[in-house]
Amino acid sequence: MVPKIMKQGTLTPWLYLFGALAIMAVFIVYPTINTIRLSLMDKTGTQSAAVDCVPGEPCWGALENYRYALTNSEMTQALRNNALWLLFMVPATVAAGLLFAVLTDRVRYERLAKTLIFLPMAISFVGAGVIWRFMYILEVGGGPQVGVLNAAIAALGRQPIPWLTNSNWLVNNISLWIVGVWLWAGFCMTILSAALKAVPEEILEAARVDGATEWQVFWGIMFPIILPTVTVVTTTMVINILKVFDIVFVMTNGLSGTETIANRMFKFIVTNQGRAMAIAVLLIVLTIPIMIINVRRFREQERIR
Amino acid sequence: MNSERIKKLLGRIPLHLVIIGMVALWLLPTLGTFVTSFRSRQAVSASGWWNVLSTPPTPGREEYAAACASCHGTAGQALTEADLSEPKVVESYMSSARLLGMLREPIDGQSHVEDPEWQALIEDTGRTREALDAIAPVSEHIGVLAGLGQAVDYGLTANNWIDALVGYKGTATYQEDCATGVSISGKFDCSASDLLNPEGMARAFINTLLVTIPSTALPILFAAFAAYAFAWLDFKGRTWMFALLVGLQIVPLQMTLVPIAQLYSKLGLQSTFLGIWLFHTGFGLPYAIYLLRNFLGGLPRDLFESIYLDGANHWTAFWKLAIPLSVPAIGSLAIFQFLWVWNDLLVAIILLPASPVLTYQITNLIDPRGGNWHLLTAAAFLSMIVPMAVFLAFQRYFIRGLLAGSVKG
Repeated sequence: MVPKIMKQGTLTPWLYLFGALAIMAVFIVYPTINTIRLSLMDKTGTQSAAVDCVPGEPCWGALENYRYALTNSEMTQALRNNALWLLFMVPATVAAGLLFAVLTDRVRYERLAKTLIFLPMAISFVGAGVIWRFMYILEVGGGPQVGVLNAAIAALGRQPIPWLTNSNWLVNNISLWIVGVWLWAGFCMTILSAALKAVPEEILEAARVDGATEWQVFWGIMFPIILPTVTVVTTTMVINILKVFDIVFVMTNGLSGTETIANRMFKFIVTNQGRAMAIAVLLIVLTIPIMIINVRRFREQERIR
Repeated sequence: MNSERIKKLLGRIPLHLVIIGMVALWLLPTLGTFVTSFRSRQAVSASGWWNVLSTPPTPGREEYAAACASCHGTAGQALTEADLSEPKVVESYMSSARLLGMLREPIDGQSHVEDPEWQALIEDTGRTREALDAIAPVSEHIGVLAGLGQAVDYGLTANNWIDALVGYKGTATYQEDCATGVSISGKFDCSASDLLNPEGMARAFINTLLVTIPSTALPILFAAFAAYAFAWLDFKGRTWMFALLVGLQIVPLQMTLVPIAQLYSKLGLQSTFLGIWLFHTGFGLPYAIYLLRNFLGGLPRDLFESIYLDGANHWTAFWKLAIPLSVPAIGSLAIFQFLWVWNDLLVAIILLPASPVLTYQITNLIDPRGGNWHLLTAAAFLSMIVPMAVFLAFQRYFIRGLLAGSVKG
């Protein structure tokens, strides 16, 4: 609460708030409303989306763009891929971050090791895309394999494979997930590591004295204590993955079965605004649960303050 | 040392191995890119980057030494009537078929080749295919001797970085082309002004700086005022507005791009720096206000009460107390926003297509056939130097900002 002694005029707060509120109104609130409006319009945003309906085929009237966003095969592929990213890539990243946080906690060169793992966070997705496309190169013309992965496979006497244009779409997606884990594990590690350090040493010592193994200490004591932080990290990752665009754009541009929602939307920005906006609305609907979780968590923190 | 301690040390070896292994695994991709950015185009496609310290292969050198060197000499100059270092002589034998035809013709009634094994292979018309394969490297090697072909050089070079900076996309290097004046068309004039070539990374670097610095400063300025109001001023709707702000932090960028682009084209702001500054400001504000308000709100009340008792008003309290005390939080925020804007691709493509930033310029360099890794790797590193340096120098602030509850992505 603001101390009573700090007198203020009725207008004062608004003078402080004005700049920020005006900018946010123009750049966040106005476009969000406009996006919803445009999602009901055709590709140029001039008339209702219902004009795109083809007689004799299913039609959702003004919601025609949403029919596309939810039923078209390219979109269902994107939705499937985003779901798979969430199911496999997010847990893998959080697990890698946690593993690293726990392991480095026990050695003296902790800071150096953590810095090196964290470093990919500083670079752009585009830079990371170049780095990893280079890892995945496949030479088909008979020359030597110059990509690390295929060179390793060739050295083992096996047939090198296309990592990003494989006929098995799952391989291509896994290749992208690896890039994602590489990028974000450091983020998860940093936050989880801070939580681990806050676990009181006495509790852990007491358990060890009682004969608990390190495995039991971790799952029985540490993990429950840091669980709230694991949740925070996971929700943040969920948001990142729902919006994942740059990695896909640079690595595969959504080809070979690697389409994602955000990349699909980008493709339509120029060619079909109505569809692009319907996909954007879909994206925000998907993020609403996380928004609610975050606001709730914030309220709880405020109560504790 | 007693045995107990040795046992403990040995027991920790697997732990060290796992950690070092993981770090190595994480560094490997970046290391490969870095090494490649210093290798010539030929070297990049001739061998993997891990071969950088090995000796490059010299196709045909051994075959030449066995079959030809006894007469022609190792440098090809021993016979004046058939000087193999003379391009005019060698020119017509660069194909193995022509070379084989010539070798089959006797010289002074003798076989051209003395070595019995080679002689047998060359003169047996039933083994032509085999003979052609065997002498292909030889014709490659005499090409090198005559200066017609080039042996692959694994030596490190800064050429890729220069080519990337000026935006040279030819088959040689910018410096070579400038020296010979061959294929340099109107695009380059071989002076420092080439650094401003719109297709080059140097120009993109400047564009990125022009985008990033104001886009970092502006949101912090506006956020500081708003955060002060949320922390130390009383007004209607304070709680719910702040809760709304928490929610706004994760509004996907994609939601806002098209309407803003349309608005900009009406206002004449499309592809202007002002336009992209304002956009990044708008998008950075929710998180910036959130972080600063939490920090300001956590400062001791007594401080603010006492400055008021001394007769200060909010304006003085803001500038003399709140701002100086929140330098650590502002630092975290600045680094976050800086890295975010520097690394952005989506906003830059849509709102600033006419002045490509680093990330956008790199996507322009990507060759779907994969022929220019030497250039791409250098370009990627050019774009990574600044954020890496900022990150390493201010890591502590960055982590503090992260822990203060980042949900921005």
